[in-house]
Amino acid sequence: MAATRKPRLGVFKFSSCDGCQLSLLDCEDQLLAVAGAIDIAYFPEATRADDVGHYDLALVEGSVTTPHEAEIIHSIRKRATTLVTIGACATAGGIQALRNGADVEAFARIVYAHPEFLNALSTSTPIGEHVKVDFELRGCPVNKNQLVEVIAAFVVGRKPDTPAHAACIECKLAGHVCVMVAHGTPCLGPVTHAGCGALCPGHDRGCYGCFGPKATPNTAALAARLAGLGASRRDVARLFSTFNANAPAFRREAQRHAD
Amino acid sequence: MVAARMFDRFDEARIIGVAGLETMIGELGARGHAVVGPVRRDGAIVLEPIESVVDLPRGWVDEQTPGRYRLKRDGDSWFAPVVGPQSWKQFLHPPRQKLWTVRKSDAGATIEPEPLATEKYAFIGVRACEIAAIAVQDRVFMQGPYVDPNYAARRANAFIVAVNCSRAASTCFCPSMKTGPRATAGYDLALTELSGGDDARFLIEIGSAAGQSLVEALPTHPATKADIEAAAAIVAATEASISRTIDTGDLPELLKAEPDHPRWDDVAARCLNCANCTMACPTCFCTTVVDESALDGASASRSQRWDSCFTGDFSHVHGGAVRQTPKARYRQWMTHKLSTWHDQFAMSGCVGCGRCIVWCPVGIDITEEAAALRRAV
Ligand code: SF4
Ligand code: SF4
Ligand code: SF4
Repeated sequence: MAATRKPRLGVFKFSSCDGCQLSLLDCEDQLLAVAGAIDIAYFPEATRADDVGHYDLALVEGSVTTPHEAEIIHSIRKRATTLVTIGACATAGGIQALRNGADVEAFARIVYAHPEFLNALSTSTPIGEHVKVDFELRGCPVNKNQLVEVIAAFVVGRKPDTPAHAACIECKLAGHVCVMVAHGTPCLGPVTHAGCGALCPGHDRGCYGCFGPKATPNTAALAARLAGLGASRRDVARLFSTFNANAPAFRREAQRHAD
Repeated sequence: MVAARMFDRFDEARIIGVAGLETMIGELGARGHAVVGPVRRDGAIVLEPIESVVDLPRGWVDEQTPGRYRLKRDGDSWFAPVVGPQSWKQFLHPPRQKLWTVRKSDAGATIEPEPLATEKYAFIGVRACEIAAIAVQDRVFMQGPYVDPNYAARRANAFIVAVNCSRAASTCFCPSMKTGPRATAGYDLALTELSGGDDARFLIEIGSAAGQSLVEALPTHPATKADIEAAAAIVAATEASISRTIDTGDLPELLKAEPDHPRWDDVAARCLNCANCTMACPTCFCTTVVDESALDGASASRSQRWDSCFTGDFSHVHGGAVRQTPKARYRQWMTHKLSTWHDQFAMSGCVGCGRCIVWCPVGIDITEEAAALRRAV
């Protein structure tokens, strides 16, 4: 490969908690290698540079919850060769998508003294509902090793290794004892996208579904099993209504268990 | 190393006690083996390094039913719990293995293969069905045109101490698969627990020259006729207690003849396509290869990782997955295990250990599915 300029990276934030972009700063050992491989041109959490020009790679965190966000995402898309969403907010709308279908004005009246100053949409939607997304990295937050993997794959033009199979596969690869079978603990692992390394089952807890639905999730069969383990309809609805509440497979299963 | 079986009769057996077992573990370590055995962890019996008989799950038994596993205190046996969530494939065919690294150099690129595996294990407590499962993986990895050198190296170094089952789980069906509950070959030493507690007595049978050599270093004495009869009675009682069965007669043909049986839709509605069955199965051997590249572009490496026919990626070719639906994937898995494995490897892909039944989060039971497929539509 001839000596070429380093690809230009922009990191953008929409409605979110910052946790996913901070995963990049949390890469410690690998951070210098990342900075060596790409030109971190815009990353408000880490640099002071302004958002100008074209990006070879745009990492987008957060969901669209305001009219301004709905507008600016188009400008970023136009100026990015490859646009990658990072995290559950950008990919599925995040926990704030619990407001979708609810009375947002009523919430605003309860929470804010002057709700008239708010300028928010009634929904929280993933970036992919607004512009074309080239790759989605799952997780709430994303796994920093997967984030580095996505960047390393981008730099050489290969497909990142972020399989869409069940968290159960990672759980078994790690040698964990299945908490559902051995303890009767409700676990979303069988319908959840891999990526965290089965963190919670490794700490004696069921999977919370932070990485959203896996490929071909059978949420109905899992919900039936959770009921068999003693979960109420409300418990099942709540399990599917967290960080990926607006991901279609989880949303539908929660709705099927609405009172 | 398991040579051809030398002594295949109880009447050349000896008796060993708890102190003898302790010496055995130490002696295997002294002979350079990493000793692995059953250990209680996180509510299950897993396979981990052991240093002493103290590490064994003495006084615990397992209760296993479809989709459910529990340990409870009962009795004073050293080896009561049968197979758990893991199997010896964890060691002989580990979940992740690096294969090679390539580095940029002035000459272009240099490929560095990973050094050959050097692990030298001793496995304590290998059940008859597990010996059969190891034989299945031997067939797959060592007896075809392409030998897996790392598996072969670990296998050649491994020392196997079998334990004949003195009880079975409700999910065991080794008699149907003709694999247990007594280990008849494929071990270096085989134990039968005649009595438990501090004064426990184990019948010990020798299955190889390495086993013979080890026994010579241990405190044992000859077994009596009564000991030998007691051991035979224990295994016979275990076999008699096993009620789960699978009718294997004409099953290979039946599975091939019934790709459209409505039962496949029925099981697909229940199956999570989560792949736990394939991960837990001691014969499932599939892997995928994964490439990693360094951020500076100066090196890359390739690894293999356990894979499963329950994922879409597994059958992904240009244009998409060949097996798009969970129905197609379950059918592929079960048909391979019980039918096409015979064509491919001249043996069954299932040894009747029951792991896929227990560790399936929704308790799908391969024996029940096979019985249902037999029923007229
Ligand atoms: S603990 Fe959860 S993620 Fe792990 S195997 Fe069991 S169901 Fe799957
Ligand atoms: S298919 Fe099931 S019962 Fe048969 S060997 Fe595999 S895990 Fe054991
Ligand atoms: S049979 Fe059970 S363990 Fe296997 S993929 Fe289906 S739900 Fe998972």
